[in-house]
Amino acid sequence: MIINTRFFNRSELLGFIALAVLLFVILPLSLDIFRLNLVAKYLTYAFVAIGLVLCWGYGGILSLGQGVFFGLGGYCMAMYLKLEASSVANTKIQSTPGIPDFMDWNQLTQLPFFWKPFHSLPLTLLAIFLVPTIFAFIIGAAMFKRRVGGVYFAIITQAIAAIMTILIIGQQGYTGGINGITDLRTLHGWDIRTDQAKFILYFVEVVLLFACIVAAQFIRLTKLGRILVAMREQEDRVRFSGYSVANFKIFAFCAAAVFAAIGGALFTLEVGFMSPSFVGIVPSIEMVIYTAVGGRMSIFGAVWGSLLVNFAKTSLSESFPQLWLFGLGGLFIAVVLAFPNGLSGIWADHVQPRIDRLLASRKSKTGNGWSSNSVADGAPAE
Amino acid sequence: MNAGRLIPIIALLLALAFGAPAQAQTDDATLTALVNALPLGNFKEREVAATALAATGDPRAVPVLQTLTDGELYVIEASGQVVFVETSGAGVLATDPVTASSLGEFAKGDVEKVKVNNGLRRALRTLIGQMTLLSENRGTRLAAALSVLRDASPDTLELLDSALAAEADPEIKTVMDVARAAIVLKTDASSAEKAAAAQRIAEWGGREAITILTGALAEAPADLKPAIEAAIDSLERTRAVWSVLQNVWYGISLGSVLLLAAIGLAITFGVMGVINMAHGEMVMLGAYTTFVVQEVIRTSAPHLFDVSLVIALPLAFLVDGAVGVAIERSIIRFLYGRPLDTLLATWGLSLILQQAYRSIFGAREVGVELPQWMLGSWQVTDAIQIPINGMFVMALTVLITIAVSYVLFLSRWGRQVRAVVQNRVMAGAVGINTEKVDRYTFGLGCGIAGIAGSAFTMIGSTGPTAGQLYIVDTFLVVVFGGAASLLGTIASAFTISQAQSTMEFFLSGSMAKVLTLLAIVAILMMRPQGLFALKVRK
Amino acid sequence: MIIGHQPKEFLLAVEALTVSFDGFKAVNDLSFYVEENEIRVIIGPNGAGKTTVLDLICGKTKATSGSIQFRGKDLTRLKENEIVQAGVGRKFQTPSVFEDLTVFENLEISFPRGRSVFGSLTFQRDKTVKERVEEVAEMIFLKDRLDTYADQLSHGQKQWLEIGMLLIQDPDLLMLDEPVAGMSVSERAKTAELLNRIIKDRSVLVIEHDMKFVEDIAHKVTVLHQGQILSEGTMEKVKNDPKVIEVYLGH
Repeated sequence: MIINTRFFNRSELLGFIALAVLLFVILPLSLDIFRLNLVAKYLTYAFVAIGLVLCWGYGGILSLGQGVFFGLGGYCMAMYLKLEASSVANTKIQSTPGIPDFMDWNQLTQLPFFWKPFHSLPLTLLAIFLVPTIFAFIIGAAMFKRRVGGVYFAIITQAIAAIMTILIIGQQGYTGGINGITDLRTLHGWDIRTDQAKFILYFVEVVLLFACIVAAQFIRLTKLGRILVAMREQEDRVRFSGYSVANFKIFAFCAAAVFAAIGGALFTLEVGFMSPSFVGIVPSIEMVIYTAVGGRMSIFGAVWGSLLVNFAKTSLSESFPQLWLFGLGGLFIAVVLAFPNGLSGIWADHVQPRIDRLLASRKSKTGNGWSSNSVADGAPAE
Repeated sequence: MNAGRLIPIIALLLALAFGAPAQAQTDDATLTALVNALPLGNFKEREVAATALAATGDPRAVPVLQTLTDGELYVIEASGQVVFVETSGAGVLATDPVTASSLGEFAKGDVEKVKVNNGLRRALRTLIGQMTLLSENRGTRLAAALSVLRDASPDTLELLDSALAAEADPEIKTVMDVARAAIVLKTDASSAEKAAAAQRIAEWGGREAITILTGALAEAPADLKPAIEAAIDSLERTRAVWSVLQNVWYGISLGSVLLLAAIGLAITFGVMGVINMAHGEMVMLGAYTTFVVQEVIRTSAPHLFDVSLVIALPLAFLVDGAVGVAIERSIIRFLYGRPLDTLLATWGLSLILQQAYRSIFGAREVGVELPQWMLGSWQVTDAIQIPINGMFVMALTVLITIAVSYVLFLSRWGRQVRAVVQNRVMAGAVGINTEKVDRYTFGLGCGIAGIAGSAFTMIGSTGPTAGQLYIVDTFLVVVFGGAASLLGTIASAFTISQAQSTMEFFLSGSMAKVLTLLAIVAILMMRPQGLFALKVRK
Repeated sequence: MIIGHQPKEFLLAVEALTVSFDGFKAVNDLSFYVEENEIRVIIGPNGAGKTTVLDLICGKTKATSGSIQFRGKDLTRLKENEIVQAGVGRKFQTPSVFEDLTVFENLEISFPRGRSVFGSLTFQRDKTVKERVEEVAEMIFLKDRLDTYADQLSHGQKQWLEIGMLLIQDPDLLMLDEPVAGMSVSERAKTAELLNRIIKDRSVLVIEHDMKFVEDIAHKVTVLHQGQILSEGTMEKVKNDPKVIEVYLGH
């Protein structure tokens, strides 16, 4: 009876500490503010990836529409910042001062009703949580209650990502269109464009990231986490054990949506704009690959996956732009065919055993090691 | 301008006016002299010179006068010769308007535009109308009559009347008659005459009829207004019917494109259950194959150019089929039973293919050249034209659908495919080589994607990322139709396209697309098994 | 049976139950009644609709018409999980256990507490749960394998685990679909012993082909044929029914 008695087992604790040291100490000390801001941008995707670990890795629900929730969070934040940047004083030259510039360009003469709550920071923060949750709840309830799952769910979420992009681009008077919401300046009067602000935002983000890691780990370790795994393999058995499978799926999907939305909101803050190019089909499926590379069952893997894939993307597309898509495409295929558990699987199969041997732990476990590695690391792929 | 240079021209003009009647072909020297007279003197004198030129009745005068009307006629300052010019780098290329021979290159400063004012332009238009309306060439006369109809300038009434009297061709006569009626509406003719004119236009019912009548309505006397309004109403009703039909037609052609793209997927996804996210890229592979085939034929066998696209179709099928089999061997077969993983792996493949297209063919779109016989369109009515290339694609869709139905439902091989799908183990036990069936079924699905891509080059251009545009739409078509049903796929392709084209009638394109997709998603939530799936015992 | 005059003692009353798949009536106007603490065995040739009847009762398949009354509730209106919560447990023909979870976790998931989303988030593995899991594990011969992942178990052990998962739910009506199929002889004997122990104090509906086994446990036997009842009664009566002999036992 060793399993799940501690919040983190030994290898998870090591992972937690290593990541904390990297993100809190090594990176801020060794990178200039430009590079640190890039890392901050990469980490916003880690939020999405953690959500996908719960929803896809544990629950078996592959969403190809996480960009929608990332975008909803990002747009909520961007709407607040845009309203702050569009004060009457800043927009005197417009024909209607006090509304965002793109609305003025599109002949809008007053602020649309759904923009009004975003004058208030508390309401904005609330919206970042509520809007994606409600949206995910509606989609989830409609689909899971009707037992739409697997591939069908994936394709429908992809269609929703497409719908969302077309809608944002088409309704440019309300959304800023294809350029998105740009020229964001201050958060509650605090200029977010300065180096100092970026430095502080980085730490805010990392703290939130660890909060999300802990939250995800908590969910994973409750009975709900085990029900998600159970549901992934034997949906009917869960149903006939007296659980409403749909409700659990909705929960996992909503949780993933909230994580994605937090990432999106932070993205807007770190990068200073939000646009439909982070919402559609392509960004959404790229978010899945971060999770897959990290290991779909591993929360820490999700963070590493987001960091490494994005780092590779930046450095490859800087020097060899044509190689990047080959690399990314190859990554998809390799991760599916050869490394279904991603980096965390490689770690658990090849690195961890060596460390264990090196440490020559007194309480060496019997061969398989599932009790020490927990479900996340020891579970078979399919 | 030197007045002395005018004298011989006037002499010539007089000779022409009072001498022999206008000849169809004037000799080059005379014509050149008349043309070169155009820039001389004031606008009044230029009008005289133009009239003289027109009086020759030489068809070569028409483009000169037209160019002058457009303000694009130039004169070489040094020699006083009137020329057509074409910009070429820093300078201009001059052409003799009479002999059509090139006069070489000039600096921009060496040539000067022959100026025209509105009065002269009006006079020129009448002259051109005269020359063309009375031309011996039927096409020229028809074009001229249509242009008179468009302008409906009362100045041309007299001319039109004489042309009408001389005209024998019924089609041209109709146009001239309508043009006359349009002009009458603008003159101060009697109410009765105008009512008859309005009636005449309404009967004709051409595309411009409503515009002409609406224009006339404003100036019409009060007693005439109800008649014109009634005529407009009836025309608008007719037009509404036609535009609905046009819309239905647009929906059908959109549907055939959608179906052609989806039918390969109906095999790989619908029948085999393999999620191939690179399906759009397979379509593009067919398109690029067609492009390459045409380039090869253009350089090495130009006499085959007219049939190059027809030759490319089977080749696109073979190339795509072969690549499909390779994909099945190298990726898909390891992932049977893991649909979500197949989805991710084939997505990766689609990225690789996209980049490969970009590296080989460049990021810009490429297009094939349509042979002569595929250009143009079939004019069903005045309001509806059907482009021939569109019809070709549609016919191809029908053909492929029939062929696929035959292969899947009537051939021995199709029975094997369905046997494997229904019970793999059992099918293997009765001696069917299930791996081979998988391989070739996937190859067939991809091959048909290739044909689709090849067909799409006939109606649009081909770019590295164009395939991605198809993927969501085609998957929705197959899912919406009920994955295992070919009939469902057909019905769903046309339902979706018709819904979209109908909504585009009322809304902007993007909102129509959003609403169509939302409707599909909503219906799929109510009927997750698709529209046409059967209820079966699990 | 007179409608509206339903004797109270029936735990389960199936009346005029029909389900059709594209016109094919897998179950056709079927009525039968199960009393408290009764062991009912359903037998019949392949395709007689036995498994479909269980599917209908537990909500896996929706009935075309007819009613299923369980303790005064109409099960045809309830969702699967509500039917389980009402006290009906179902074991499938092929063992369905959670292979990525340990035996302990498998049993724990079936423990009837914290079945809502938030209930499962706040679920605590307390003493009651542990004791109950260990008690059941002992019953199903898996006490020393609590930490083993279920994919490491043998076929028979998986069957036992699934039976254990039902036991921990403590249902009033237990439905078992061929509980001894595919088992070795020794496993079969052990299973019979297990079943004999667990069927006490509850009603059980069993589908089984093993006639020896049926004879051992059945209070009453229902013979299904082509979606309808061919014969019903004690094993003795059914065995001697000429209709039954013709379609089933005689072969």
